[in-house]
Order: sequence, then C-alpha cells, then structure tokens
Amino acid sequence: MRELSLHILDVVENGITAGADIIRIQVEESRGANLLSIKINDNGRGIPAEKLKKLQDPFVTSRTTRRVGLGLSLLAAAAERCNGKLAVAVGIAGGTEVTATFQHSHIDRAPLGDMAATLATLLMGNPQIDFVYTHVADGNEFSLDTREIKKELGDHSLEDPMVIHRLGESIRTSLNQLRSTADKPEAREKNHGKTNDR
Amino acid sequence: MAKLTIDDLKKIKEETAKSTSIRDGEANIKITVHMGTCGIAAGARAVMNALMEEMAEADRQDIRIVTSGCMGMCSSEPNVTVESKEAEPIVYQKMDANRMRQVFKRHVLLGEIQSDFALAKM
Repeated sequence: MRELSLHILDVVENGITAGADIIRIQVEESRGANLLSIKINDNGRGIPAEKLKKLQDPFVTSRTTRRVGLGLSLLAAAAERCNGKLAVAVGIAGGTEVTATFQHSHIDRAPLGDMAATLATLLMGNPQIDFVYTHVADGNEFSLDTREIKKELGDHSLEDPMVIHRLGESIRTSLNQLRSTADKPEAREKNHGKTNDR
Repeated sequence: MAKLTIDDLKKIKEETAKSTSIRDGEANIKITVHMGTCGIAAGARAVMNALMEEMAEADRQDIRIVTSGCMGMCSSEPNVTVESKEAEPIVYQKMDANRMRQVFKRHVLLGEIQSDFALAKM
C-alpha cells in the first residue's frame, strides 16, 4: 500500500466484516521518540487463539480465514521494514486489537497519507457503525467520535453524503493543522520533553 | 485537546440542512464499492471519494452506497457494482475517480450502461 491510511482502511474493514459495531482507531506520531504507531480496536467476533498464532503467514491465513489473509501480512511487512512490528491481540469485548509500530524517520516508511479520505470512506460505507478516531502528533491531539456527531446532527446525519463530504473536509483541515504545528521546530522542541516522559 | 468543535458541527448542520432528510424510502439503486485488500490497494478509496462527491451534488435520496469485501476478481479491481430494480446488476472494472464520475452521471442517473468499463452482467 502506498499510504499507511490505506492499511488502516483495510484493517478496519476486517473489523467490520467481523461484525463490530464500534471501532477505535488511534494514530500517534512522535518525532521525539521517533515512533509512529497505529492501533485499531474492534468489538467484532475476534480471531480464535489458534489462528492468532498463524496470522503472520499469508499462505496459512489466507487459506484458513479469508477475513485476515493478505491485509495483515502486508501491514506486518510494512512495519517490519521500518524497524517496527505488528501485534494482534484480543481487543475490547473479545474483538481484535491490531497495533503496528514504525520508526518515524525510516526511509521506507510510507506516508500516513489522506486519513480524512479513509475516514470519509468508512463513514460513507458503514452508517450503522460507530468510529472513534484519535490522532496525536507530538503532543497535539485531535479526536472524533461519530456518536457525538450523531447526537449533535441527528441520528441519520451520517447517512447523508453531503454531510460526510463536508465532514471529511473539516477533518482534513484539522489534521493538516495538527500535523503542520507538529512540523514546526519550536513545537517539536516544546514537545520533546513531553514525549520522553512517556 | 483539539476536536471537531460543536461550532464546526453546527456549521456543517446549517450548510447541509436542506439535504438532511431521513432516507426511509426504499433504495432504487444500490452502488457497491468493493473494498477488499486488493480493491483498496488498487485505488478503491479514491473511487469512493469521487462517488461521494457526485452523490453530494446529485442529492438523490433513492441511491444507496455500500462497501463490501473482495469478490474474487482481484485483477480487475477496483470493482464497482451498480444494481437497480429494473435492470440486472453490472460490475464495472478497473475503476478510477473519473470512470466513477462517468458511471454515476450516465448509468446511475440516466440509466445508460457504460459497457466500455463493464466487466460483467450478473
């Protein structure tokens, strides 16, 4: 995949196929710790323990479970290329939690890419599912919770393409702001201590 | 902590107030964007976002968009299936944003099947 946000879209689709009704996505970028981590947690039916062990092998998995075939293997390869790794564990309510880590500065690390397009695509295709998105870039945080949006705009608001399109633009602007402040040297300096505290 | 503020949401609500009507009527047309790993890697997200823009512009209450997994035709991804009540479902292959816009404007809105892009009738 050309962008990490496409990997995110792919893994979240897995969770949706597994029958989840709430999915939490967390992206954390820390230049101080030189780390980018992605965590996706769903409350779907989960992956049986014996299959969990075989996940890293694309051939074994693609034959036993169609649901987690190539997608996770691609993400694992992408993470390992960048001195990171992929961990799959049992998530909330017996679902699945996928964590991928990357060396932030690694030359092979794909850009995060258009996260707003990924979120808009998820909202558009799955109005019945709730999403909680958190993005931390060098200590600055952005969050989005579709349950709050539905409360504010009405239960059926996220079935309207116009609302989702407009929402996507807002998310894009917010994330650009968040990540460009993080890019500035003074912000990096300021947050350097913070990230080391963790 | 930055959030999509209530103000942002209120603005969106105002801007889209005209169109936000409950979609309780039956869908006459269903558009499926196939979002398996293969579809996503081949560009299904860009197809979906183009479709979303077209939908926002057309403002038709009887068209439904859904996503689905891989349908086993990975080499022709991104695939999009258009189903309507009157005609048989058409699977379009190797879609991109522009092809999606054309299929939407011609097939979905006007009923003209775009056979150049079609993979199969189902």
